[in-house]
Amino acid sequence: MHCLATVLIRFDNVSKRYPGGKEALSRVSFEIDSGEMVFLTGHSGAGKSTLMKLIIVMERASQGQVFVHGLNVNRIAEKQIPPLRRDIGVVFQNHQLLFDRTVFDNVALPLIIAGFQHREVGRRVRAALSKVGLTDKERVLPIALSGGEQQRVGIARAVVNRPQLLLADEPTGNLDPGLSAEIMKLFHQFNQVGVTVMIATHDLELVSRLKKRELQLHEGRLVNHE
Amino acid sequence: MALLANWVTSAMTWMVLGIALALPVFLYLVLLNIVALSGDFDGNPRISIYLQQDATASETEQALRLVRDHPDTQEVKLITPDEALADFQARSGFGDVLNSLERNPLPPVIELAPRNTEPYALRQRIVEIEAQPFVDLVVVDLAWIERLFAFVSFGERVAWALTLILSLGVLLVVGNTIRLAIESRRTEIEVVKLVGGTDNFVRRPFLYLGFWYGLGGAITAWILVQTCLQFLAGPVELIAQSYQDDYSLQGLSVMNSIGLCLAGSALGILGAAFAVSKHLHTFSAAMVAEG
Repeated sequence: MHCLATVLIRFDNVSKRYPGGKEALSRVSFEIDSGEMVFLTGHSGAGKSTLMKLIIVMERASQGQVFVHGLNVNRIAEKQIPPLRRDIGVVFQNHQLLFDRTVFDNVALPLIIAGFQHREVGRRVRAALSKVGLTDKERVLPIALSGGEQQRVGIARAVVNRPQLLLADEPTGNLDPGLSAEIMKLFHQFNQVGVTVMIATHDLELVSRLKKRELQLHEGRLVNHE
Repeated sequence: MALLANWVTSAMTWMVLGIALALPVFLYLVLLNIVALSGDFDGNPRISIYLQQDATASETEQALRLVRDHPDTQEVKLITPDEALADFQARSGFGDVLNSLERNPLPPVIELAPRNTEPYALRQRIVEIEAQPFVDLVVVDLAWIERLFAFVSFGERVAWALTLILSLGVLLVVGNTIRLAIESRRTEIEVVKLVGGTDNFVRRPFLYLGFWYGLGGAITAWILVQTCLQFLAGPVELIAQSYQDDYSLQGLSVMNSIGLCLAGSALGILGAAFAVSKHLHTFSAAMVAEG
């Protein structure tokens, strides 16, 4: 039984059906405590991305309730979504970097939105970049970076605001094993300082190596329960 | 956002907006000048009584007395044929031609300023005077002025209609340009929303852009109008001088210029606001690949 005070994410009988009839998620229920590190596994199309989208309210559940920080996100107004997202760092497979801005500007974006002063922005961006090992790439444009470096910029941006929750969808998707392991180590480090981490991946080897909790999805359904 | 980096688009937009704003302003100035010119005539209508050309001096004297003694008469003035000729020579520039004439073709004129200037009373008075035997022609300036003011009112209506239509045009042009700007920044907007940017945060740069387009358009309009005025000022002064008048073309006052800039900026922000409210909602920050 999870102590309610520390439950960060709770899915309660959640289903998501897209127009066209496809049921991406079916009666999914689980709880994630603050400070946990959880792997979301399953084949392509199993519903991993959909599940993450529901957490950041990019989509709303067709049935059931989704709670983040005790807040029923299915019911919240449009206006309440930005503050929620500001406390969640997201890393997606296709980076979502702005190619006409420098690495610095890309990583600084969440801080600018949050209204930080110029000097503080600089401090935090450099701290995030050093964590991912890209300090010397500050003034570079993303187009000049390798796939792995672009991914790391995405991670830096996701953590620069020190969010409580970090969501990563296939963060090692197109990286070689060595790089993948490094990225995973980063996530593990973030988790060790208290960040709740959820990683969707179908790299089962990485999952087994870290021996963390695993939520297994199969065709929209949770297969194993803790 | 370095949205003004594309100078060509900005310049073209400013030109279009400038033309749209310049047209009603220019029409307004034309009307302003017409009203100023016609201000030489005071509001009081004058009845000009043209006597028969061959009226003798005593007949003229008699006519004058009759008119003067009428209770409705406020002021009377007689212009003798000689005085009329001299005045005509001085003003018209036909002096040489007139000198070659054998006799003075001009009749005596009695200028009458009536007390009762009501249109109905005036018409009555005119009918009365026309009935007199020695009167050849009665001319009333009133009709002329009424017609002039009617045209000016019409012109003002046209100016307002034009202003409304062109303001709508400005809104549409700004709205469309902003829409294109939004489309071209689509990725950026989606990322900002993903990272938790509020709608206002996304909206603000586009409103600023609308403001600059509107202000730039107003300034361009001001330049266009001033250029046209410069173009016209010379000939207008020449015409005025030939009428013994030292009239010079009235331009845009400081207040009007500031008003123009404010109007342009307001229209710009408004147009941008419409475009933003219409097109920002079609974004849903949905970029994640199905996994």
